[in-house]
Amino acid sequence: MTAIDTIAGRPGAAAPGKVPAIELRGISKAFGPVQANKDIAIRVERGTIHGIIGENGAGKSTLMSILYGFYKADAGEILIGGQRTEIPDSQAAIRAGIGMVFQHFKLVENFTVLENVVLGAEDGAMLRPSLAKARKLLVDLAREYELQVDPDAKIEDLGVGMQQRVEILKALYRQADILILDEPTGVLTPSEADHLFRILRGLRDEGKTIVLITHKLREIMDVTDNVSVMRRGEMVATVRTADTSPTDLAELMVGRKVLLRVDKTPAQPGAVVLDVQGLRVTDGKGVERLRGIDFQVRAGEILGIAGVAGNGQSELLEVLGGIREASGAVTLNGQPLDLTGPRADGRARRDAGIAHVPEDRHRLGLILDFTAWENTGFGYQDRAEYGTGALIDQQAMRRDAQGKMQRFDVRPADCWLHAKNFSGGNQQKIVLAREIECDPDLLLVGQPTRGVDIGAIEFIHQRLIEMRDAGKAILLVSVELDEIFALSDRIAVMFDGRIMGERLPEQTDETELGLMMAGMAEGRRT
Amino acid sequence: MNGIPRWVDIALIPLINLALALLVSALVIALIGENPADAMGVMIRGAVGSAYGWGYTLYYATNFIFTGLAVAVAFHARMFNIGGEGQAALGGLGVALVCLAIPWPHWTLALVAASFGAALFGAAWAAVPAWLQATRGSHIVITTIMFNFIASALLVYLLVNVLKVPGSMAPETARFPEGARLPSAYDWGAWMGFGRSAPLNVAFFLALGCCVAVWVLIWKTRLGYEIRAFGQSEPAAKYAGIRPVRTIMIAMLISGGLAGLMAVNAVQGEAERLIIDSVQGAGFVGIAVALMGRSHPLGVLLAAILFGALYQGGAELEFEIPAISREMIVVIQALVILFTGALDNMVRGPVEGMFRRPRKGAA
Amino acid sequence: MMDLSTLIQLLDSTLRLATPLLFACLAGLFSERAGIFDIGLEGKMLAAAFFAAAAAAMTGSVWLGLVAGIASSVALSLLHGAASITFRGNQLISGVAINFLAAGLTVVIGEAWFELGGRTPALEGAARFQEITLPLAGTLSGIPVLGPLYAEVLSGHSILVYVGLLAVPATWFVLFRTRFGLRLRAVGENPGAVDTAGISVVRLRYSAVIICGLLCGLAGAHLATGLSAGFVKDMSAGRGFIALAALIFAKWRPWYALGACLLFGLLDALGNRFQSLDLFGATVPTQFMQALPYILTVVILAGFVGKATPPRAGGTPYVKER
Repeated sequence: MTAIDTIAGRPGAAAPGKVPAIELRGISKAFGPVQANKDIAIRVERGTIHGIIGENGAGKSTLMSILYGFYKADAGEILIGGQRTEIPDSQAAIRAGIGMVFQHFKLVENFTVLENVVLGAEDGAMLRPSLAKARKLLVDLAREYELQVDPDAKIEDLGVGMQQRVEILKALYRQADILILDEPTGVLTPSEADHLFRILRGLRDEGKTIVLITHKLREIMDVTDNVSVMRRGEMVATVRTADTSPTDLAELMVGRKVLLRVDKTPAQPGAVVLDVQGLRVTDGKGVERLRGIDFQVRAGEILGIAGVAGNGQSELLEVLGGIREASGAVTLNGQPLDLTGPRADGRARRDAGIAHVPEDRHRLGLILDFTAWENTGFGYQDRAEYGTGALIDQQAMRRDAQGKMQRFDVRPADCWLHAKNFSGGNQQKIVLAREIECDPDLLLVGQPTRGVDIGAIEFIHQRLIEMRDAGKAILLVSVELDEIFALSDRIAVMFDGRIMGERLPEQTDETELGLMMAGMAEGRRT
Repeated sequence: MNGIPRWVDIALIPLINLALALLVSALVIALIGENPADAMGVMIRGAVGSAYGWGYTLYYATNFIFTGLAVAVAFHARMFNIGGEGQAALGGLGVALVCLAIPWPHWTLALVAASFGAALFGAAWAAVPAWLQATRGSHIVITTIMFNFIASALLVYLLVNVLKVPGSMAPETARFPEGARLPSAYDWGAWMGFGRSAPLNVAFFLALGCCVAVWVLIWKTRLGYEIRAFGQSEPAAKYAGIRPVRTIMIAMLISGGLAGLMAVNAVQGEAERLIIDSVQGAGFVGIAVALMGRSHPLGVLLAAILFGALYQGGAELEFEIPAISREMIVVIQALVILFTGALDNMVRGPVEGMFRRPRKGAA
Repeated sequence: MMDLSTLIQLLDSTLRLATPLLFACLAGLFSERAGIFDIGLEGKMLAAAFFAAAAAAMTGSVWLGLVAGIASSVALSLLHGAASITFRGNQLISGVAINFLAAGLTVVIGEAWFELGGRTPALEGAARFQEITLPLAGTLSGIPVLGPLYAEVLSGHSILVYVGLLAVPATWFVLFRTRFGLRLRAVGENPGAVDTAGISVVRLRYSAVIICGLLCGLAGAHLATGLSAGFVKDMSAGRGFIALAALIFAKWRPWYALGACLLFGLLDALGNRFQSLDLFGATVPTQFMQALPYILTVVILAGFVGKATPPRAGGTPYVKER
C-alpha cells in the first residue's frame, strides 16, 4: 500500500490552487433500497485523463449518468470549472461542456454519420444548411484529432471502432471540454484500443479533460494520469497513476486480497468430443458470419475462443446450441449433429449431451419473470425427472432447484424468488447450476463472468475447472483475455468469422493474441 | 412481485382501475344530462337484483368467459388476439353445421359434437393469422381484425345464399332439432327462481370447465410452461428448444377454439339457430375481461361475471332510461381496457410506492 | 368490358375513397416514425367523423365541423400519448381501448344529442364540403383522354381531397428536409440517441402524436362531411386498420403511402361499382367484393409484396438507461 494514502473526499493527487474541471461533492443516489452512490467526492483536474475503476455494480456508471443529467442525485453538488452547476438533463450537461461516449453507442443506425453528428445540434429549422456546416467542421475535426470517418456512410455499415469515433466527433462537434467514456474498449481490438488512447492523449494535450470509466486495470495503468477507485457505491481512493500498481488497485476495488490466477493442474485430454468442420453461417442480411470454421474439443480440456465481440463467436455458440442454422459438419462423440431442420434446435442439442451457458443470460439464459425453480429447469422441462406425461411435477422441480441453489451457493437460496431479483453473479450461478448438473458431455460457455462480481468469478472459474477435471469437454468464449488465459488449455482466436490460429497458453502472450484478434494472420509463430 | 403484497397486485390495483373506469363512465352519463347514480341503480338492480337478471347476467358471462379465456391464453404467448369476434362467428357456423347435420338423439351427444365443431371452426379461423404471424411476421392484431371483417362477410354470404331456409326471407338457418337443445337454467335451476325466458344454459358449466382446463394448461403442464416462457422471451424460448412457430400455432389454435366455443352458449344454447351477428361484440369484450382478469382463469371468471352484469344492466338501462344508449356498455368496456391495460402504470406507480416493503439487502 | 366513362367514374371514386385512407396513413406515418404504434387510427377517425358531422349539423358550418372533428381526434391522440409516452403502457392495448371508446361514445353522445339511433342529421349546403371545380376544367375537357382525366377525375372533389394530396409532399418535406423531421425519425429509431443529444423524447413523441391526431381528424371529417352527408354508426368500417396495412406496404414512406392508399381506394371503388361480378360464367358474390380490401390487407401483411422494416424503436416505451 505504497502511495494509496488518501481517503474519500481528499484526493492527494490534486494540484492545490488549480480549479478542477469537475468537482463532485457528497453525491448520493439510491434506487429503492439499493444505494448506488454514497457520498461521493472527486476532483478531476483540467487537461488530464482521469480513470475511474471499480467492479461491476460499484456505481461508476450511475455516477457518470448523474453527471450527464440522466439521473438526479439525491444529495450533493456538481461543480464544473469551479461553478456550481445543476444538470437536470442531457441538454444541461452539453451546455456545461460535457460530452459522453456510452458503452452502448447512442447512434441512429440508419442515419449517416453527418446526420448523427448534427442531431440535436442543428442550426435552424431547415436541415440542409446545418448539414453543410457540419460537413466542413467534421473535416477539420477529423484532421486535427486523427478521427477520419466518411460523413456520408450509414452507421449500420460502419465497424464498432468507427462508430465510436462518431460518438467522439458528436461530443467535439458540441464543443465539449470534458469527455466521459464508459468502458470504451470492450468492443475494440487491442490495436484499436491503442489508437483510441492515442486520440485521447491528443485531446488531453489540446486541453480537454477526459474521464475514462473501465474495469480493466491495464488500461488505467497505460493511459490515465490519475485514478479513482470505487467500491460498493463509495469512492475509496483517488491517486496518481504513476504512484500505484495493478495489485494495489485490485485490492482497493475488491477490498481484500485477490487471487489473480486460478489454480489448475495440466489437462488430461481424452477422446475428441466435438468435431467442427467447415462451419458456415449467413445472417438475415446476407452477411457471412462464420466463414468455414474447423476445430476440435477433447474430453477433459477447455478450448478458449478469444476475439473481439462480433467476430462470429456468438454465432458459433448459437449454432452449437441449436439456436441458429448453419452449414458444414459437426459431430459429437462421433455422431453427426443436424445443422438445419427440426432436429437443429436446443432440445435436440440437450438430448445429444450439449449444455449451453449463453453469453447473454438476460436475453437467453433466464426468464426473468419466472421463479428461480422454474428457471433451474428451463430447457429441461420435458425431462423425466420433472414428471412424465403432460403435467410438470412441480414438487420435483422445486426440490431439484433447492439442491442446485445450495450446491452453487445461490443467494438468497429462495427458489420462489423471481430471477430478476437476483444479482448478476447469482443469476449466472443459477444458469451454471442448471447447465453443469445436467451432466453434459460438452459444455458451451459464453462470457461466464460478464457482469459478475469478483467473488462469484472465482467460484465460477473453480467450477469450470472441476468440470474439466471430471473429463468433460468445455468450449469457452470470452472477450476477456485474462479469463481466456486463466482457464484455457488451448486458445483459438476468431476474427471476422474465421479462426486465425490456435495457441497453447504457455507459448503465447497478449501481444500475439492481440495481433491475431485484429486479423494479423498467424501472429509470429506457427 | 416487486416487494409489494400479492393482494395489492392482483386485487387492489385492478379494483382501483375498475373504479376509475366506472367514475369516468359516470361522468359521461352526467355529461349527457342523466343522473349517474340512478343509472347505476338501474344497472345493478337489473343485473343482479333478481333471478331474472341473473339468468341473463350469467348467460352473458358465459360468452365472456370463453372469449376472455381465448384472449388470455393468447396473451400468455404474447399474442394479441383481437379476432375473437370472427372466431366466435365461425364457431357459430361449426355449431350450426353439427346441429343440423343429424337428428341428435340426446343433448349430451349434441353438446360434445357441437363443442367439437365450434372449437374446430374457431381454431381454423385463428390458424391463418397465427401462421402468418409465426412464419412471416404479419402483425397479428391487424390480421385478426381483418379476419373479423372477412368472417362477417362470409357469414352474411352463407346465411343469405346457402344456409337460409328455402322460401324464408330471414337470413338465418333452420331451427336446430329438438335433440340438440341444451337444458336451460329453467330446466335445471327452476328451484333457484330461473324462469323459462332465462337464456342461461348448461354451456355455463362448460365455461367453468374451460376455466379449470386453462388453469391446468397454463400453470401445470409442460405446454403451458413453454407457452409462458415463449411469451416472456422469444429468444430465451428458442435457446431452451421451444419452437416459436409451434408454440404460436398451438396457443392461437387453443385461443381460437375457446372463442369458437362461445357459440355453444350463444348459438346452440340460446338462439337455437345461426343468425347474422350471433357474437354481438362478445369477442371484443373478451379483451377487457382478459386484461381485467390479468389473464388468470379465476380473474377471467370474475371479470366475465362483472361484464355480464354490465351487459344485462346496460340492457335494462336502455329500457328504463332511453336517453342512455346501449353503447354505453362499449364505453365502459373501453375505459376498463384503457385503465387496466394501457394506463396501468398510472395507478400502479403510486400504489406500489405506498406498499413497497423494504427489500432485504440481497441485491 | 369497361368503357372510358366507367373507368373515369371508377378513378374518380378511387381518389375520393383513398383520401381518408391517405390522411390516416400519413397520421400513422408520423406516429410510427416517432416510435409510437397507433392501432387507434380507426377510433380517432370515427370520433372525428362524428364530431365533425355533429358540429356541422348544429352550426351549419362545415368548417366548425372540421375544427370539432380535429379537436376530438387530437384529444384521443393525447390520451394515447399519455398511455404510451407518459405512463409507458402497452401501445396496442391503448389503441384498442381508443377504438372501443370512440365506437361507444359516438353512439352514446349521438343518441343523446340527436335521438336518431346514433346517426347525425343529414348535412346539407354549407354543412358539407362542396365540390371544387379546378381552373380550366371546362376548357380542357375537350382534349382526348387527358382532358376528361383532369376535368372529371382530378377536378370536382371537396377541398379535403386536395389537402390530402398536398399532405403527401408536405409530409415528405417535413420528414426529410427539416430539423423536426430528422429528430422525429431519430426518436423512432433510437430514442436513446435523441435523449443523449439533449432533446426531449417526450416532447418529440407528443408532437408526433398530436400531428397524428390532426391528420386523423381530417380523415374523419372527410368521411362524414365530404364522402357522406352525416355520421353513421361505425362508419370508419376498418379504414384505420387498412391505413395501417397501407403504411406497412408503403414501408413508412410518404410517396409510397399515396400509392398504397390509391390501390386500396381503387379496390373500395371496385367493390362499390360492381356489386357482383361475372367472371368466366361464375358469379362473384357481393360479399366477396366487399371483403376484398380486407383480404388484400391480409395478403399485403403476409409480405407477399415485399418485406418491410418498421422503425426500430416502434412500440416500446422509452426508459432511460445508462
